Amino acid sequence: MGRTARLASSLLVPVVLLAVWEGVSRAGWVSPLVLPPPTAVAARWWAYLLPARPYDAASGSWLLWALSGELPQDAAASLLRIAIGFTLGASLALPLGLAMGAWPLAHALLNPVLQILRPIPPIAFIPLAILWFGLGSPPALFLIALGAFFPVLMNTIAGVRAVDSIYLRAARNLGAGQWTLFRRIVIPAAMPFVLTGVRVGIGVAFIVVIVAEMIAVNSGLGYRILEAREYFWSDKVIAGMISIGLCGLGIDVGMSRLNGWLLRWHRREER
Amino acid sequence: MNGLPDRGGEPAIRLRGLGKVFRGEHGAVRALSGIDLDIAAGEFVCVLGPSGCGKSTLLDTIAGFSPPTEGTVEVLGRPVSGPGPERAMVFQEYALFPWMTVERNVAFGLEVARAAPERIHRVVNGLLARLGLGEFRRRFPRDLSGGMRQRVAIARALAIDPPMLLMDEPFGALDALTRRSLQNELLRLWAEDRKTVVFVTHGIEESIYLADRVIVMTYRPGTVKRIVEVGLSRPRDASSPGFNRLEGELTALVMAEEARHQADEVGRIGDVAPR
Repeated sequence: MGRTARLASSLLVPVVLLAVWEGVSRAGWVSPLVLPPPTAVAARWWAYLLPARPYDAASGSWLLWALSGELPQDAAASLLRIAIGFTLGASLALPLGLAMGAWPLAHALLNPVLQILRPIPPIAFIPLAILWFGLGSPPALFLIALGAFFPVLMNTIAGVRAVDSIYLRAARNLGAGQWTLFRRIVIPAAMPFVLTGVRVGIGVAFIVVIVAEMIAVNSGLGYRILEAREYFWSDKVIAGMISIGLCGLGIDVGMSRLNGWLLRWHRREER
Repeated sequence: MNGLPDRGGEPAIRLRGLGKVFRGEHGAVRALSGIDLDIAAGEFVCVLGPSGCGKSTLLDTIAGFSPPTEGTVEVLGRPVSGPGPERAMVFQEYALFPWMTVERNVAFGLEVARAAPERIHRVVNGLLARLGLGEFRRRFPRDLSGGMRQRVAIARALAIDPPMLLMDEPFGALDALTRRSLQNELLRLWAEDRKTVVFVTHGIEESIYLADRVIVMTYRPGTVKRIVEVGLSRPRDASSPGFNRLEGELTALVMAEEARHQADEVGRIGDVAPR
């Protein structure tokens, strides 16, 4: 199959689906409140993306203006929350996971508590988070950090435990002490597992940020689609959902690239 | 006293009454028993035996990875209490650090010893050149063939300039041609530096091709069955009559142990239902 043929075959089903959807909406078989036509969603998405006011050279840089639309502002707010919350969660989980993986006593002491907390979905912490931190960003960041914490922790522990003892033997044989072993052998050898945890953790953080924004704060993509629902702007709800999907895709592609570079030494088939 | 020719001077490695018992869930297994052995400085010794004869355990004990349960191991006149950079090890599985490039792998031992950067640079460059690895220096181990990986592992061991090399079936996973070329390379390096080499193998031909002396081990418990002086001048010709005579002699010794190994396997299959 040639390039063009492949492209055509991959576009066929989406195009047909969009055409059917458009037809169904235009024919008036369903209310536009329930299912607006894709052209209306696209128009709404475009309006959502563009700046609200015309460009005024006096007010600042062109780039700031170009990103002053509602969608870029919402996306930035959500991504910033993910970044901060994930960093908080992962920076606790990583050292803890390394310690628990390398040091049986730490594992024995901490594992029971963590195993009790781990099955509780981060979403179930929402009421408690609001009681503890009130409304606004703090409870959202807490929930995101919590969501990112366990995947990074569990994978880091597994990664440290899976370090092939032959590397430790080889390094000790070449004169490495405990600290060198940990820093130069255990950490890099565990890295494939850790990065898997990071990827899963960011995925969970992305879910949690949307939910948290629907409940606790008044900015971000999650807040925006809930707000649109209150005005019965179903085209904007769908436009917001598409934006969330694009952000998720962007994060995943970025993480995949980063993993590929960090693990360029790793066997290809295991990437 | 222990049937060894007097080579004069302090031996590089001295084993006395060495024994090793592994205790596990299914009782104790005696891996090594009553091994007396002196290895002279600069000597190339092969330890030969069937799998399960404890030859790798013997090497681990000398390396300091696993302390003996009986007897003593002395290296350069001092008892062994753990791994040390004067006994660099080369593993069958290469054990290269896959996240480091070739040059970082080779530099590792020197970096750990906090050598000066200029010295690290000089030593690494020298070894990469000596082992024909210059153009692969920035590659990761996964991009190298088995033979190339083992060259890197040898370079990594030599970088810390150890007086002795402990090699655990290093060429066991290589094809015959690559193995022969690495054997020649190892002999060349050995002729240049005269390091003490203890080389564990189950290859009879390999042991005769390489060693000054071949230590033939018995199967379980591992003891020294016979020490055979090779006494052929190097480079050795594997088709020469002297080589063949030794090969015949060693084959008979090893096959006798291999037969005990087989009998043992059959006995164990009789006892335990296959998993």
